[in-house]
Amino acid sequence: MTSVGGIANPRGKVGAFPVEPRFLGMGAVGAAIAWLALVPLGFLFWQSFMTPRVGGRPAQFTLGNYAGAYSSPDTLPLLANSLAFAAGASLLALAVGSALAWINERTNTPFKSLVYALSVVPLVIPGILFVVAWIMLGSPKIGLVNLAFQKAFDADGPLIDIYSLPGMIFVDGLHYSPIAFLLMTSAFRAMDPSLEEAAMMSGASIGGIARRVTFTLAWPAVAASFLILFVRSIESFETPALLGLPVGIEVFTSAIYDAIHRYPSDVGLASAYAMTLLAITSFGVFWQSRMSSRGGRYATVTGKGFRPRRMDIGRWRWAAGGFFLLYALLVIGLPFLVLLWSSLQKFYSAPSWAAAKNITPKAYYAVLAYPNVATAIWNSVFLALSGATIVMLLTAVACWIVHRTKTRGRWLLDGVASAPLALPGLVMGLAIMVCYLALGGGVYGTIWIMLIAYVTRFLPYGMRYNSTSMIQLHPELEESAAMSGASWSLTFGRVVLPLLKPGLVAGWIYIVIVSVRELSSSILLYSPGTETVSVVIWELWQNGQYVELSALGVMLIAALFVFVVAAQAVSRQFGVREV
Amino acid sequence: MLSVKGLNTEYKTQKGPPVKAAQNVEFEAPKGVFFTLLGPSGCGKTTTLRSIAGLERPTSGAIEANGRVVYSSSQGVFVPPNKRNFGMVFQSYAIWPHMTVFSNASFPLEVRKNKLPKAQIREKVMKVLHAVGLDHLAERDATKLSGGQQQRLALARALVMEPEILLLDEPLSNLDAKLREKMRFELKRIQRELGLTTIYVTHDQGEALALSHEIAVMNEGRIVQIGSPRAIYERPANRFVADFIGTTNFVDGDVKGFDDQTKLWRMSTPIGDLMVSSDAPLTAGGKATLSIRPEDVELTEEAPPAGRLLNLANGVVDQKVFLGDIVDFQVRVGDVMLLSRAHPSLRTPIGDKINIRMDPMKCVALPAEPAAAAQAAA
Ligand SMILES: Nc1ncnc2c1ncn2[C@@H]1O[C@H](COP(=O)(O)OP(=O)(O)OP(=O)(O)O)[C@@H](O)[C@H]1O
Ligand SMILES: [Mg+2]
Repeated sequence: MTSVGGIANPRGKVGAFPVEPRFLGMGAVGAAIAWLALVPLGFLFWQSFMTPRVGGRPAQFTLGNYAGAYSSPDTLPLLANSLAFAAGASLLALAVGSALAWINERTNTPFKSLVYALSVVPLVIPGILFVVAWIMLGSPKIGLVNLAFQKAFDADGPLIDIYSLPGMIFVDGLHYSPIAFLLMTSAFRAMDPSLEEAAMMSGASIGGIARRVTFTLAWPAVAASFLILFVRSIESFETPALLGLPVGIEVFTSAIYDAIHRYPSDVGLASAYAMTLLAITSFGVFWQSRMSSRGGRYATVTGKGFRPRRMDIGRWRWAAGGFFLLYALLVIGLPFLVLLWSSLQKFYSAPSWAAAKNITPKAYYAVLAYPNVATAIWNSVFLALSGATIVMLLTAVACWIVHRTKTRGRWLLDGVASAPLALPGLVMGLAIMVCYLALGGGVYGTIWIMLIAYVTRFLPYGMRYNSTSMIQLHPELEESAAMSGASWSLTFGRVVLPLLKPGLVAGWIYIVIVSVRELSSSILLYSPGTETVSVVIWELWQNGQYVELSALGVMLIAALFVFVVAAQAVSRQFGVREV
Repeated sequence: MLSVKGLNTEYKTQKGPPVKAAQNVEFEAPKGVFFTLLGPSGCGKTTTLRSIAGLERPTSGAIEANGRVVYSSSQGVFVPPNKRNFGMVFQSYAIWPHMTVFSNASFPLEVRKNKLPKAQIREKVMKVLHAVGLDHLAERDATKLSGGQQQRLALARALVMEPEILLLDEPLSNLDAKLREKMRFELKRIQRELGLTTIYVTHDQGEALALSHEIAVMNEGRIVQIGSPRAIYERPANRFVADFIGTTNFVDGDVKGFDDQTKLWRMSTPIGDLMVSSDAPLTAGGKATLSIRPEDVELTEEAPPAGRLLNLANGVVDQKVFLGDIVDFQVRVGDVMLLSRAHPSLRTPIGDKINIRMDPMKCVALPAEPAAAAQAAA
């Protein structure tokens, strides 16, 4: 008898009998989450104080890694570059995203639905493809934008050089701007429309309303969004690796990658860098959660759920509409077209009538015929599906413990399961690598270590999706199942999970998508035979096989697009969106 | 003065036809008048007010304030809300939480094109803050005000701009009952002192009757009657108004004819043949509904004196409810139950016979509504 308040539990007190099977289940989930989220971090910390284990010589305690990392004259520029890159990219994303959100929510500018559609861009275009596309557009030698500029103006030098700090900021900021757009859109929607209408009635101009009321009121959301974007940018790996490394602009993520991939690899140094990076991201995540828990200060309650009337900005609406179109061109039009173009060539060449005659789909056949591509597709599908399923089930139980029981220390479980949010993918990969190399057990080098990495990395997303729907679920629904005599596991399986289903499905879809894009953890953990699609794209880039890369990229984007559209149709009610 | 002519406002909906929230709304509020839009929830009061403010764009009609056309579909005029110089108090007050009390109130002066000097702004703001009794809180954070104080701040902000028209959307509905009563008087006093043309929206009939010079009763997007509070209460023009304002007894009957001498109509009803009054012409032989307010159904134990022109009937006390200052009697007359509001000195026990008399001027005949009847049938 395990029902809540059943005969075996005469005092009706939940938690009176710690031997009940459900406590075993809860304990197992708690232990699994703690293991996943904490143990690798412990090993990383340990490793950062240890000499490498070479041959028969055991590892020894040392402060040399930190000394090496921080006495080097390269470190100061490294820190400066990282901060400048992250701050620049997040500010750019925030500025563009806020402007789009404001125009879209508050004015009568045309092409509104376009902007909303564009917000799926970071979902369907993996970071590495976005960067590669922008190299094809903005590289000083082969970049199409530069070639077009030189042709049009008969100029010698390039218009833009993507291989630079501003170039990195531009690419990363553009890629993350849809996230800023979504964050600011929900901030604007949460605002009581009559606050702005009152300013309107007071005689304020539209610019004055935006400046003195809308953005001032949205300030907490602006700051929180900045922190979210900052953490994402400083964790970003693809942009610094592809745009910064070739010209010697290093940031923490690319320095970690570099330290591991040099010969001999310096895991200790990488760990020391990783600990610093982790400190920065934890700080950002901590402040962001502090701010969002205090975010209710300016919230005002109104009875009416109607949207404010959109302000008429007169002729400016065409300028704003032009801004929408330009943005669409930069964020998806040009990048996708350049990939499509190069995927249809034999050898990469700039668009021209001559080259247009050579259009051929051969690269698609060629890339699909590569033996490791088939394996990679299978690996990606396996990792995405099983990772998403495991995460959603684990976090469903964890959320239930956090929100539904009075277990002591349940907030700790919430914290631990959300902790990987502060863990850059590369740091996660490194920590897991160090952990399972030290523990042995044959997991290292198999697909399973990648599955562990994926599950750990995406635990926080599962927590968020499940918490949202768990909070909406009235406890009496479960209690009535218990009163009907159902055991805990039966209640969970027959009542809780089905009711959580919309959230579970939405979270599952989201995790599948981010798993397919995942590169920064996989890049440290894969071995021959366990490559994923993103890793293959990375390798193709390293080998200079741009045409095959483009073909694979176009297929990946198409597949993700179809998946996102289908998924949104399925779970319209929850919507699958970034953030 | 505000004049609204043939105003129609629609809301587009995602699917289905647009919501016609205001239909052919037409009224005139003379200068300095307290004009109220009254009606049940969802009848289009807010929509009408927001259309006057310019926060909604009507589909057709004309709005004129003190001779200035601010909206006209035929002339293609639409003055944006920030150029109308209308003060507005929102139902949620819309006090900006990131400003102090003073800066909330000074905002309309700060955003003006030709800004006044600082000292003059300060003087004007302190004057209105004083008028609403908030001058001692000027430097406080606006979020640290009570509900009533926020309401007064919202009013001050609307007044400081010296608006041509003052628009108020249920400004008292978020206050508790005591405060609401107090603010009613404040509002009336300020409005009278400043002589402001005021358009007031409420669904609370008590508020409307107490505050207004004139009331427009709305139903389903249309104005169904305009008149003074007394006229609306005593001489409702149709069944909806009689029912919505106060409580009333409805008695259906047949119209027999008109009496030239008394200027009254004769009707035969289930409670007997009655003399009734009507503002609209009735058709002899047709149907009509009587509205008789409970306080006009007079009850006496002794037989009424003869001579005066009165409608008389006999009934049996069926129920009574003691309410302190009054007693509600349910009196059965034949098959009809009449509600009467009597003085507590009347102590007739349940089951006893009682005499009823009704002043013909207080028996208001409402013509049968063909449109409403057809709608009900459809
Ligand atoms: N923005 C909108 N979009 C669609 N329909 C709307 C919108 N605003 C109001 N409506 C609809 O128009 C009708 C009139 O609404 P309005 O807000 O004017 O009513 P109201 O008389 O002010 O009611 P209340 O007393 O509840 O405030 C309602 O049926 C309402 O649902
Ligand atoms: Mg309203």
